[in-house]
Amino acid sequence: MTEIPESLLRRSAEAKAKALGLPVEQVLAEMKGEAPPTPAPPSVEPEAAAETETTAAAEMEESAERSAEIEEAVEAVDDEPAPKEEVPAEPAAETEPDVVADTEADVPPAPPTEAPPIEDSEEALTPPASAEPSDEAGPETAPPSPPPAELPPEGGETVEPAAAAVTTAVEDRPTPEGDGAGDGAGSGNGADGGNGAGNGAGKVAAVVSTRPTVPPKGTPEGVRTQRLLTVVKARAIQTVKAEPTDKVNTWPHLMLMEFGALLAITGLVVIMSVVIHSPLLDPANFNATPNPSKAPWYFLGLQELLSYFDPQIAGVTVPTITGIIGFMIVPFVDKNPSTRPSDRKFAIALYSVFLAGAATLTIFGVLFRGLGFNFSYPWKDGVYFDVLKDWVQFE
Amino acid sequence: MANGNGKTGIGEKIKEVSDKVWGSQVAESILRPGSPFKKGYSDSPRNRSYVVMNNVLYHLHPVKVKRHGVKLSYTLCLGGLSFFLFILLTITGIFLMFYYTPSAETAYADIEALSTNVAFGSLVRNMHRWGAHLMVLSVFLHMSRVFYHGAYKPPREFNWVVGVVLLFLTLLLSFSGYLLPWDQLALWAVTVGTNMAGFVPVVGNEVKFALLAGVEVSGATLLRFYVLHVLALPFILVIFLAVHFWRVRKDGGISGPL
Repeated sequence: MTEIPESLLRRSAEAKAKALGLPVEQVLAEMKGEAPPTPAPPSVEPEAAAETETTAAAEMEESAERSAEIEEAVEAVDDEPAPKEEVPAEPAAETEPDVVADTEADVPPAPPTEAPPIEDSEEALTPPASAEPSDEAGPETAPPSPPPAELPPEGGETVEPAAAAVTTAVEDRPTPEGDGAGDGAGSGNGADGGNGAGNGAGKVAAVVSTRPTVPPKGTPEGVRTQRLLTVVKARAIQTVKAEPTDKVNTWPHLMLMEFGALLAITGLVVIMSVVIHSPLLDPANFNATPNPSKAPWYFLGLQELLSYFDPQIAGVTVPTITGIIGFMIVPFVDKNPSTRPSDRKFAIALYSVFLAGAATLTIFGVLFRGLGFNFSYPWKDGVYFDVLKDWVQFE
Repeated sequence: MANGNGKTGIGEKIKEVSDKVWGSQVAESILRPGSPFKKGYSDSPRNRSYVVMNNVLYHLHPVKVKRHGVKLSYTLCLGGLSFFLFILLTITGIFLMFYYTPSAETAYADIEALSTNVAFGSLVRNMHRWGAHLMVLSVFLHMSRVFYHGAYKPPREFNWVVGVVLLFLTLLLSFSGYLLPWDQLALWAVTVGTNMAGFVPVVGNEVKFALLAGVEVSGATLLRFYVLHVLALPFILVIFLAVHFWRVRKDGGISGPL
């Protein structure tokens, strides 16, 4: 198991502590295995939690083996006991594996708390509903434990038709936790009955069986004590593929940064505006062409190219290809999936050449072009760029 | 509350008044839950999320961002700066519009009057001009940053294309604003610029004619550039900006660390 980050552990502990009314530090220490477990509150029976815990652990193993096969979940619910039984089974099923997954199964019996935030996968959805037909099966499944007297201690050999029907889609597997429960009946039944459905986590994601699959004593042959409520596709509920990433709250961390940037750029513009005045030359005069006539600085690189090449090439081909087409198709030409600089030396070199070329041409056009757009030294012949004229003086 | 001598301190009075103001029905109705200005705001993860979610401006952002993205050295906030500059240019531009008439007879005199007669007129004009130059620069640098981080790679290809469109719109906006002072610099820079557009094969002359509203720069060109500058191009730019921001979010936030 991978190391759980301290922050995640702490958040789980906080949620748990809130639910149990315990100090956070204590719960955190428990989760780390540094402190003895606190007895679980009476809402969940300790054995039940322990049971589901082992079940979940076993299921996690299984799911790890065959998680790819998870196709659907069969919810088989015993309809004999009171219907309220169906309700508590669900949250327990959803949350328990999370707790186990977080704490690596060596954690004391823990009641289901708020699910830890990150740990979610198909395992998390797999309920630990192993219908152990044993005396412990009652408390295992739901907090309001049904009277164990109803459950036959034996009867593993009695493969009930309904249970078999439920599990037809389920690969029969021996139950890993069957021997943990300590009764051969459970494991025997589990091998071919509803218990197998519960543990066939590889195939079935959620079998919620609140009661054992074995009919009570005296049930006539062929009478169904179980019915299929619904078939739930495991993937339809939740599939999270994203890896947990290290994130911070936008407020205040990013916002503060942006506010600082906003202030800085506004300050820069204001200071520039106070110090440097915008040029305002003589009124427009169609009869007096200034010498030289220069385009705005961001087009000066282009104008520079125009002075070297035929206008059809410099004014059209180069800017069109590099500018519009070239830039737009970059992501479709660059098929290299890596973003690491060491993997994309060619792309970086190409762009750097473009950048350096554009900068050189622009600077050259701004500073080194004098009368008649001919070459001139700015320190000798002066700057022929009107925007700079007022405030850049070479003596 | 007593502070020792039985009198209420000035700090407590201020707190009392501010509690009344921020706890009033008006303030309560304006401030959405989670606003840091709301009475009783406490710093909690929940409220930190609400600050972003419940604010029309902030909700451009996700509630959480990747830690590396917050570092100034990663993006240098260049995209954000471009947007800030756009806002700044909009505000200063609206101010300038009050004092400017786009006609060949009056444009130059308006700019002169703006620089000398209008309170803060010179400052605002300078801010508009230097802000525009900085925006061209920051958009270009933003593009370079994105390229060097390989942030145009899938799934962000389309947003890169939108970004290139935004760069050209920025250049066009800056260029169309260049003519408006109607001085020698403006006239001849635009003449040179549109001449370059005329070199485009096949449609070059048509593009030039459409830009200039004639075969050469004239009063009609001034009006055309003015409308492009204050209305048409910003309108298109805002649409592309919205798509750009939207896609930043939908494509998974800013790109991962190198």
